[in-house]
Amino acid sequence: MTDKERKQLQLTANRVREGILTGTYCAKSGHPGGSLSAAEVFTYLYFREMRVRPEEPRWPDRDRMVLSKGHTAPGLYSALALRGFFPFEDMRTLRHIDSYLQGHPNMETVPGVDMSTGSLGQGVSAAAGMAKGAKYLQKDINVYAVLGDGELDEGQVWEAAMFASHYGLDNLCVIVDLNGLQIDGRTQDVMNTAPVDEKFAAFGFDTVWVNGHDFDELEAAFGRFHANKGTGKPTAILMRTVKGKGVSFMEDQADWHGKGPNAEEYERAMGEIMAARAALEG
Amino acid sequence: MSDVKKIATRDGYGAGLKALGEEAPDVVVLDADLAGTTRTAVFRKAFPDRHFNCGIAEGNMVSVAAGLATMGLVPFVSSFAMFATGRAFEQIRNSVGYPHLNVKIGASHGGVSVGEDGASHQCCEDFAVMRVIPGMAVLCPSDEVEARKMVRAAYEWNGPVYMRFGRYATPVYHDESFSVRIGKGELLQDGRDIAIIATGIMVPEAMEAGKALAAAGIGARVINMASIKPLDEEMVIRAARECGRIVTVEEHSVIGGLGEAVCSALAESCPVPVRRVGIQDEFGRSGPAAELLRFYGLTAENIAAQARDMLGR
Repeated sequence: MTDKERKQLQLTANRVREGILTGTYCAKSGHPGGSLSAAEVFTYLYFREMRVRPEEPRWPDRDRMVLSKGHTAPGLYSALALRGFFPFEDMRTLRHIDSYLQGHPNMETVPGVDMSTGSLGQGVSAAAGMAKGAKYLQKDINVYAVLGDGELDEGQVWEAAMFASHYGLDNLCVIVDLNGLQIDGRTQDVMNTAPVDEKFAAFGFDTVWVNGHDFDELEAAFGRFHANKGTGKPTAILMRTVKGKGVSFMEDQADWHGKGPNAEEYERAMGEIMAARAALEG
Repeated sequence: MSDVKKIATRDGYGAGLKALGEEAPDVVVLDADLAGTTRTAVFRKAFPDRHFNCGIAEGNMVSVAAGLATMGLVPFVSSFAMFATGRAFEQIRNSVGYPHLNVKIGASHGGVSVGEDGASHQCCEDFAVMRVIPGMAVLCPSDEVEARKMVRAAYEWNGPVYMRFGRYATPVYHDESFSVRIGKGELLQDGRDIAIIATGIMVPEAMEAGKALAAAGIGARVINMASIKPLDEEMVIRAARECGRIVTVEEHSVIGGLGEAVCSALAESCPVPVRRVGIQDEFGRSGPAAELLRFYGLTAENIAAQARDMLGR
């Protein structure tokens, strides 16, 4: 990618972070930590990788994305809004009683959401079903699933991995956001899932590690996913990330998994986001 | 009824799937290593590329089906009732029910008539846990013909459907002209003294009870309520108004199934005494199916006795 393209993606990810903070601030709840750690991959998927039509959200031949870690809906919604699926201002209605922006992704109410999720482990199975369906229908459709590292505790993730490999779903790209934290603390302390790469490899995946905040590394990883077409191997992109990335006092803090910032915290966080934006634009 | 042809409703499921598959290319079938016994193998033999075995992983199977449904396919997923609705309950609730996806669940081995395998495999809770999911249709056919035709009715129904089939061979009393209408009961015998509302393989027993009562001068109305949800409330309320007493019969816990659905409908519109014949809040046990049905009172004799007890005749 060119310097200009990279900078544009970085600016978009910065705006995704604004949406995450604004949404969770206005909702007085939600999950900023894991949304911020995945801001770059949401941006990359919707602005560079996926074939989607914001003006025709249910275009049958679109690529699919399932947010298996559905609690990070604020990140997904922000990316969708910025991509043109719905007004960015609506992030202010997140989780409100009269809003279509439900606390966890709802495919029936939110344009661009391909699967309702929220209960961990189920989204990746649904994504595998979509990939199997695309193969059965002989359609060139890519299916992406974004998972959290805490989510890997769920046995269903590995049932889905078995299924994907057994049916040769090389059109399925599983992306794991390994920010190292889950609700009760460090993933290695709560339930150690390491070695994640060897586990996915043992389940028949081609695995690739990336810095999840580096667009060049993401580009190379998705390139590998495309190169895996025809091999019958699904791809697992393992992203090393920082939970709460981009907001100094939220970074690497399990405490910021599932709460919204108060007015003072929102102001401080937005100050950092706007400073980062100014630096990018400067 | 010893001279009557007996076939298990699960056989109707397999035959119905195969017939539907010939006409509907969007139908795909998923199983969890039980294709032979749920009878989806009948479909698999005809359409091997449309049958996806998911291994012994029911939760994944249901969520995979949800994904397939989002692609415009109509998946039928199968396992034993215990594992389809128990192990995969939350996947059905969140991956299928909440987004109202067009997934059909065809479960075999409902009730105690599973037989010798015992309580771990005898699901008497499936109606209850499926009924409580918003938008889920809950069906249980009373014979092989109804089971076969129910497959098409489920396909034509827009939204999630749960169908319970049995392992035990039971009398076939419908002829080929019968058609399944979701949300409608079937009046099998009229009467004004008492109404017997039954579902699944209890219907032939209820019919026999109805005849025995008639022989004793008691007019029993006998209704096949294959559609537990949506319930044919109009038919239930009319039965209450015209008969005054109701016996419900199901091979399921008296908690959460047909009996409670009938009681709920009546409590708000036309309260009358109801006797619920079913599994009385207990687990099953091993034994031959016929002996188990007798042990739990799921027989024509007990249905008639309960009716007479209610009437004091």
